Amino acid sequence: MIGEVILEALWKGIAVLLFLTAGFAYLTLFERRVLARFQVRLGPNRAGPFGLFQPVADAFKLIFKEELIPSYADKVLFVLAPIITVIPSLIVLAVVPFGGPINLFGKMVNSYVADVNVGILYISAVTSISVYGITLAGWSSNNKYATMGGLRSTAQMISYEIAMGFCFIVPVLLAGSMSLVDIVQHQNETMWYIFMQPGAAVILFITMLAEVNRAPFDMPEAEQELTAGYHSEYSGMKFALFFMAEYIKVIAVSVIFVTLFLGGYHFPFVDQIPVIGPYMGPVVMLAKTMVMLFIIVWIRSTLPRIRYDRLMAFGWKILFPLALLSVLVTAVVVLLV
Amino acid sequence: MLVVFFILAFVAVGTAVSMLVTRSSIYAALFLVLNFATVAVLYLILGAPFIALTQITVYAGSVVVLFLFVIMLLGAERLPGGESLKWQRLVAIGLAIVLSADFGVKMIGENTMLTSVTAPPEGYGAPAEIGKILFTKYAFPVEITAVILLVAVVGAILLAKPDEKPSVREGLRKKMDQEG
Repeated sequence: MIGEVILEALWKGIAVLLFLTAGFAYLTLFERRVLARFQVRLGPNRAGPFGLFQPVADAFKLIFKEELIPSYADKVLFVLAPIITVIPSLIVLAVVPFGGPINLFGKMVNSYVADVNVGILYISAVTSISVYGITLAGWSSNNKYATMGGLRSTAQMISYEIAMGFCFIVPVLLAGSMSLVDIVQHQNETMWYIFMQPGAAVILFITMLAEVNRAPFDMPEAEQELTAGYHSEYSGMKFALFFMAEYIKVIAVSVIFVTLFLGGYHFPFVDQIPVIGPYMGPVVMLAKTMVMLFIIVWIRSTLPRIRYDRLMAFGWKILFPLALLSVLVTAVVVLLV
Repeated sequence: MLVVFFILAFVAVGTAVSMLVTRSSIYAALFLVLNFATVAVLYLILGAPFIALTQITVYAGSVVVLFLFVIMLLGAERLPGGESLKWQRLVAIGLAIVLSADFGVKMIGENTMLTSVTAPPEGYGAPAEIGKILFTKYAFPVEITAVILLVAVVGAILLAKPDEKPSVREGLRKKMDQEG
């Protein structure tokens, strides 16, 4: 019995990991192609049809690159930092439901790795851990640009985490549960939370961009000021791990946003399609995530980077009070209605 | 479960000792994080996921990150090698012997083996339960904690606030210094 449970969790976990790593490879291609279109270019289109083999080519290039460790670096932490960065981004989606219960080979299977009653807290715990990798990479490189990048990102992520945490409370209040499965179910029964609380959704989206260091908040790696920020000294596969963590985090926050505010795997009438209806959950999820990813790339190609002191002032003086206010309003409304 | 517990116990004690022994303050902070994470897993085994994840969010995710931040900003990565508290070591050894003797006597005297605990009932330690008990039975301590935290926040703001108007005397002194 317990072996069966472990086995099930294992293959589901592997499925999520494969989804994320494959998603990472093709998100890079997606971003480069879309960005190129925004800048009236073609983008990578040589390797395979539509450049579909470009990520494979990039992976081979990075594997065969020489790996350097600076002689004054703290060697243990220098090697550990990329790993510490990747792991939180890979495990954060364990509590997200990707679809309703489906009939797989005559057995009903739930489409999530784990349904814990503290799902949202799990997400905030994992995101708060993900600061370490970047900070340690910056420090252990023993390079002033890298250290500056690490410090900047630490300050930025801690500051925006607070507003993000308050935005997480809004869906919890609306659904009356911390479990993401319950939150998605409640949105299906009433309506998507983005229509109930658009303010909190916007704040959450902004803080998530800052949390994963995406433009216009890509301060930790501002090329003009810091060469490449915390990963200046990294090369080869170690650099690839940072790159991977960054893109996987972008996918992860998109999925989390979709789950919390865009109704998760539900879409009106899709589950009433005959035969394939119950299996459409992951497809709907993927479509919504793609929309979010497109918006994120769109923002990157449109907005310039914000100055560092303005970024901090924006986080503390505008987003934090607004997030508090939205929690207060939601709580009052939930209590009265 | 017992195997998991003993592995975790070893890791928890090992990281705690390493934290005390290491001379690098960055490594000490990292061992502390590992220790917090291990203790969180212990809470998880005891059927308290809320406490476990709060522990990780608050201690590992925020408090130690701030420690690291301060260590890096101040450049205090390496502690000086010398021992400044020599006589305390003897006292510590004496107290450790007393403590373990006390513990041993208690264990033998009571002659009770540690019994295994049954799994807590469904819904025990759920966020809703904890919230309810915090705001009814323990409402007073919660309020006190809130006030103490508020005082700390106000104090931090007051300390970090720059002096807006330098006094007239100071301005004059600066001017005189510049003119020589």
